[in-house]
Amino acid sequence: MATVDDVIPEGESPDSVSDPRRRDFLNIAAATFPIAGVVAVVLPLVNQMNPSADVLAESTTTVDLSKIQPGQGVITTFRKQPLFVRNLTPKEIAEADAVPLSELRDPETLEKRTQPGHTNWLITLGVCTHLGCIPLGINEGDNRGKYGGYFCPCHGSQYDTAGRIRQGPAPKNLFVPPYKFTSPTAILVG
Amino acid sequence: MSFPWANHYEPKQPLMRWLDEKLPVPRLVYNAVGAGYPVPRNLNYWWNFGVLAGAALAIQIITGIVLAMHFHSDAASAFASINGTIMRDVNAGWFLRYAHANGASMFFVVVYIHIFRGLYYGSYKAPREMVWLLGVVIFLLMMATAFMGYVLPWGQMSFWGAQVITGFFSAIPVVGETIRVWLLGGYAPDDAALNRFFSLHYLLPFVIAAVIVLHIWALHIPGSNNPTGVDVKGEQDTVPFHPYYTAKDGFGLGLFLVVLAALIFFFPDALGHPDNYIQANPLQTPAHIVPEWYFWPFYAILRSFTSDFILPAKLWGVLAMFGSILLLFFLPWLDSSPVRSNKYRPKARVAFWVLVVDVLILGYCGGSPADPVYVIVAQICSAYYFLHFLVILPWIARTERPVPLPNSITEAVLGTTAAAH
Repeated sequence: MATVDDVIPEGESPDSVSDPRRRDFLNIAAATFPIAGVVAVVLPLVNQMNPSADVLAESTTTVDLSKIQPGQGVITTFRKQPLFVRNLTPKEIAEADAVPLSELRDPETLEKRTQPGHTNWLITLGVCTHLGCIPLGINEGDNRGKYGGYFCPCHGSQYDTAGRIRQGPAPKNLFVPPYKFTSPTAILVG
Repeated sequence: MSFPWANHYEPKQPLMRWLDEKLPVPRLVYNAVGAGYPVPRNLNYWWNFGVLAGAALAIQIITGIVLAMHFHSDAASAFASINGTIMRDVNAGWFLRYAHANGASMFFVVVYIHIFRGLYYGSYKAPREMVWLLGVVIFLLMMATAFMGYVLPWGQMSFWGAQVITGFFSAIPVVGETIRVWLLGGYAPDDAALNRFFSLHYLLPFVIAAVIVLHIWALHIPGSNNPTGVDVKGEQDTVPFHPYYTAKDGFGLGLFLVVLAALIFFFPDALGHPDNYIQANPLQTPAHIVPEWYFWPFYAILRSFTSDFILPAKLWGVLAMFGSILLLFFLPWLDSSPVRSNKYRPKARVAFWVLVVDVLILGYCGGSPADPVYVIVAQICSAYYFLHFLVILPWIARTERPVPLPNSITEAVLGTTAAAH
């Protein structure tokens, strides 16, 4: 019985048939199928290194703001990283607002970095955007650098009262994580 | 070494030529599992199981490295790190854990078939004795690795398995108890034992991989055995490993993975014990304690000694159990028949199948409760096991008249007339 394999059009040798033949199909299928299988197995092997469900479950933090007086700050944790919560004084807000955006490396207004009606609450990660050290300045008596915000002792990055990078090697302002006010005196970060 | 007609590695691209001069890894692969390794043309599917065992080891190492990223080797949190964190929280952790646990079982399945294939076709005989000896070493390492791995989940079976297995060593006269305490780092399994078992469980698979390299190296000196057991006589008796056996092994690997996947996805706990989902309790032994299925035949031999005879029964049991494996080291010299394949040995073939049934019954007894009936059956089967290797097989080798062997592999495959051409 004639099959696709042994019917070769007239004038063509077995080596020069133009149609894809059954053996080519088998070869391609045999090579493709294991590739699909390997991908299906590699995905979970890679994905297992992503944060597990118990880590993700700890990814929100509630902060009580009621005891933080103007001029004070607290350091807490968000996703195992330091979180700076600072109650800015009117003077610090005025200092931040007085800076022209053109002078900033990473131009952002204080208004954009805080929430409407809560301009005095500056919530940032306490992670220097240079190489990840914790900047000084959240506790009273800390060196706050030339701009009165935060000063990173590792490589000398200086942040202003809005947590914006002003001098030193850090490329970006201190990161403002997503958060919302659940009451006038409490926030949910994450 | 290889046969003189083996294909030679000739790199075509300049980059491969450059690499071949500096570090000839592609040449090594080509000569080991590529077109440069001539293999008898008549290998059947039983010859797939060596490659499958290698694949099973690779699966165990990959899934094991990944599981070790999440496991806590601490008696207080080991159970929770597996049954809580890995099974529920880690992305695809359940899959990796079940792949590792069922992968261990499938590893033993293919290795047992591999061993019995070697027994049937006489692959342990000259000139391949070293291949067999190294294989027995691999088997012993596998048993140690599997046992220590089974302790890590720190369930009831883990704990009492560790207690019982280390208890073997207390059977040694005078110093036994000292050795047992030394092995455990305490008087009962606890943090010290769990940590050292984890450390060794991570180490031994790489030792196994190294011995497998020696196993394959030793195999490639005489070349593979074949279903006729007849030596390769010329080029017409062989085909290159690639593509002929890479394709055949690849097909077998596909089937192996289908079975493994079926276990992982549909019967993940079928081969385990419910008791191991109860956290280890040093004050309560499970009612029916058995090892994993792959140890059952040896467990049955261990339990077969019920009364003292010169030595204590406990010591006899341990000696017999270890002896049943160590005996295999002497097999190449116990069976002195020059004919390898049981295909041409009518008596040895019958003895082989009786041994298979004997070991299956031993396994069934080993997995059953220690009732008197099972113990008596296990005693008979244990006695037969030793009788097979120490008396029956050497006797058959001396007295048996083998069926005439084919003149060559090609003749066996194609018939006398075709081979003459």
